[in-house]
Amino acid sequence: MSEVDNTALQTQAESLLQNLKAKNFQLRGPERMAIPSQVMPVQDPQERRHNTSEVALGYSPEQAMVEANRCLQCKNQPCVEGCPVRLPIRDFISRIAVGDFAQAIALIKESSLLPAVCGRVCPQETQCQVQCTLGKALKDIDKSVAIGRLERFAADWERTQGAGKLPACQPDTGKKVAVIGSGPAGLAVAADCRRAGHSVTVFEAFHKFGGVMLYGIPEFRLPKAIVEAEVETLRQMGVELIPNFLVGRTRPLQSLLEQDGYDAAFIGIGAGLPNFMGIEGENLVGVFSANEYLTRANLLKAYRRGVAATPIVEAKRVAVLGGGNVAMDAARTALRLGAAEVHLIYRRSEKEMPARVEEVSHAKEEGVQFHLLRNAKRILGNEQGFVTALECLCYELGEPDASGRRSPVAVPGSEYILPVDAVIVAIGNSSNPLIQQTTKGLEFNRRGNLICGEDGRTSLAKVFAGGDIVLGAATVILAMGQGRRAAAAINAMLSE
Amino acid sequence: MTIKPYTILYKEQLSASVFLMRIQAPHIAAERQPGQFILLSINHEYGERIPLTIADADTAEGSITIIFQAVGFTTKQLAQLPVGAELAVLVGPLGRPTHIEKIGHVVCVGGGVGVAPLHPIAKAFKQAGNRLTCILGARSRELIILEKQFTAFADELIICTDDGSAGRKALVTEPLQELCQSARKPDLAVAIGPPVMMKFCVETVRPHDVPIVVSLNTIMVDGTGMCGGCRVTVGGETKFVCVDGPEFDGLKVDFDGMIRRLQAYRPQERRMDEEHECKLSKLEQR
Ligand SMILES: Cc1cc2nc3c(=O)[nH]c(=O)nc-3n(C[C@H](O)[C@H](O)[C@H](O)COP(=O)(O)OP(=O)(O)OC[C@H]3O[C@@H](n4cnc5c(N)ncnc54)[C@H](O)[C@@H]3O)c2cc1C
Ligand SMILES: Cc1cc2nc3c(=O)[nH]c(=O)nc-3n(C[C@H](O)[C@H](O)[C@H](O)COP(=O)(O)OP(=O)(O)OC[C@H]3O[C@@H](n4cnc5c(N)ncnc54)[C@H](O)[C@@H]3O)c2cc1C
Ligand code: SF4
Ligand code: SF4
Ligand code: FES
Repeated sequence: MSEVDNTALQTQAESLLQNLKAKNFQLRGPERMAIPSQVMPVQDPQERRHNTSEVALGYSPEQAMVEANRCLQCKNQPCVEGCPVRLPIRDFISRIAVGDFAQAIALIKESSLLPAVCGRVCPQETQCQVQCTLGKALKDIDKSVAIGRLERFAADWERTQGAGKLPACQPDTGKKVAVIGSGPAGLAVAADCRRAGHSVTVFEAFHKFGGVMLYGIPEFRLPKAIVEAEVETLRQMGVELIPNFLVGRTRPLQSLLEQDGYDAAFIGIGAGLPNFMGIEGENLVGVFSANEYLTRANLLKAYRRGVAATPIVEAKRVAVLGGGNVAMDAARTALRLGAAEVHLIYRRSEKEMPARVEEVSHAKEEGVQFHLLRNAKRILGNEQGFVTALECLCYELGEPDASGRRSPVAVPGSEYILPVDAVIVAIGNSSNPLIQQTTKGLEFNRRGNLICGEDGRTSLAKVFAGGDIVLGAATVILAMGQGRRAAAAINAMLSE
Repeated sequence: MTIKPYTILYKEQLSASVFLMRIQAPHIAAERQPGQFILLSINHEYGERIPLTIADADTAEGSITIIFQAVGFTTKQLAQLPVGAELAVLVGPLGRPTHIEKIGHVVCVGGGVGVAPLHPIAKAFKQAGNRLTCILGARSRELIILEKQFTAFADELIICTDDGSAGRKALVTEPLQELCQSARKPDLAVAIGPPVMMKFCVETVRPHDVPIVVSLNTIMVDGTGMCGGCRVTVGGETKFVCVDGPEFDGLKVDFDGMIRRLQAYRPQERRMDEEHECKLSKLEQR
């Protein structure tokens, strides 16, 4: 899509909005259904594959209002059921529909602390939007109300209004809460416990705050300024933020509770420990976990060659193993770092890809080559130990199993060689063992995830947990939701 | 909880390219144990995070000591920072502490700047009541560090240089071999130094059934077990040096694989380094 198209989108929206205003926004159902869904402007694929600026540009106010007028204002609000934090979707959209953006964002913020983030990165097509009545009526989930984009619009609008209002905090209670990890789960706990008047300290192992939102998800999908703004809000609310502090090593969790006077602790340390395939050649030079590759690129800014001190492989032909958001991010980052060819190898078919649909199509537009129903068999290297090629094996879909899912089976003798000079492994994470190694009395399951109740309570008194360390690899919204529930339980405990 | 800034309190040049610094970090000094390390960076936005062992700590002063060789971009820049400067990033103590116990006769072998990380470990083994033999190796006399400190607590100290300018003209593996064959065969060996040195120390003790601990210096990024950049193969399994190590059973480590992975960024590092030298020399000309 080019600049011209983006202008055309805007012109169309302006004229549609004239009509809506003429009718004073009073429309009947069929009229609403006839409003064309608003396409979000994006950067041109050929340009954006060479830059790190955000790909999706966001709705204009006119587009947002037109899109919001597509919503049928269903009585039963099925969309809300699909949202893990029960955002009042219908109601905030009704505010955008008439141009009352301030009220829209106020409604959103009652349920979500990170709307600018979730509007961008939620897998809407499997959550809120899959439930939408409009999409069902039009028999096309792509024609559902663009809930995520509207949420993003409202949040972005607020940010451009300058200093948003700081959430009010209750008078100091004298109680202290330690939050370990500054991903979405930890940030949510920090905000909610601080609002309840407790003094909150966030301990983060890295030198910057935000967790995966900062070091994993790339700038072109989630601008770092957005995450930094959220962190800054917490700081202004009086949350103490301590970087370079690895709980378990810098100080054991128990000491925080027993010696440093914290009345409660929340563990939101994320997943960690990238999985590898366990195939031959995986320790060759040029084989990375997506976590390492993305951290070098995002957090340590290795893409700024000549400025950043952290090196990153300069590969021309890159293979990425996996089919989730992490794989898409790695593949698209590789393009931006100058790879001429990026091959994505995924064992199942496109339908099963866990990545957000939008990311898959953006990756394709940018030129990532998809090898579906293929798997890496081994990685080949030269005498110096550098990667030279990937041997792949073809798969086909077998008979449906008990669950009705057709799982892939290898086709014997179908091996082929793909010459590459880097391989990025993005097949998920196990959990970080550090807290487990250094804290007595915390219960973990066999996969290393913390076991805890609905409200995040762990087996250890005063200790709560949430996010990826509990769920395995999950999503920003689920992590945030768990954080909020744990915060509610912490606040209840501290007021006893 | 307040964390004081990471100020350089003291700086000393130990040899042509090796520097010692004491850095203010009371919270790290209080928790650290022998065998642990820190990650530091000297620029918040664009710096590289590099691992260095905690060579010593002073809880009264609230400081830790690092001893490092200026080998590349970050260590050379670090070496130029004056007393009073603050590091942008300092996190630690990281890694599992050394398992210290009384086992009898322990031989500690250090090569090059590996002598620095060896220092707290050797001292702890001595304090635990072991008989302690130390073998320190360097290319030549000027590159030997911490000799005085080791003399203070080692029962026996053997210095080796490649050119014979100090101590024996030998590689560290020679006295190690002799010890293994002697009546004072060690009950445990600890080797820290360049990977090639550790590899040969392992091969030296292997036929004599002497257990050997090595401390691996892989490339690291986060130091928390998140990236896998520090991975090595130990006994056929993938291990992460930052959370599973840095110390491992030397007899099981795949050194060749590790040595290969340390080359990963050679070309880029060399370029960064050259560009940097070039900028520096321009500055000096002005
Ligand atoms: C590349 C990538 C792309 C993704 N894309 C999407 C997407 O599009 N949509 C979506 O919804 N989700 C996405 N996810 C998943 C989502 O980011 C995670 O589910 C979410 O961030 C988990 O949040 P968290 O708070 O549990 O932990 P994290 O975000 O992982 O944060 C944990 C933090 O704790 C710190 N920490 C760890 N151990 C310690 C310790 N001992 N002491 C102190 N601090 C510690 C870590 O440094 C980190 O900053 C993606 C993930 C990745 C890696
Ligand atoms: C647990 C641990 C403890 C360490 N303790 C010490 C210490 O106490 N004192 C000390 O001087 N060094 C120590 N190192 C090594 C130190 O981290 C590296 O020398 C440093 O990262 C080099 O960074 P640089 O930017 O200056 O050099 P670069 O420009 O990154 O590299 C310069 C040269 O050094 C090589 N190199 C890069 N990283 C390493 C590495 N990790 N180990 C060995 N060679 C490397 C490169 O191949 C290159 O040839 C330790 C490493 C680890 C993992
Ligand atoms: S938070 Fe996510 S799931 Fe909920 S409404 Fe927003 S985009 Fe949909
Ligand atoms: S289901 Fe769709 S149409 Fe109905 S209220 Fe929700 S967003 Fe609007
Ligand atoms: S340094 Fe990243 S996992 Fe060890």
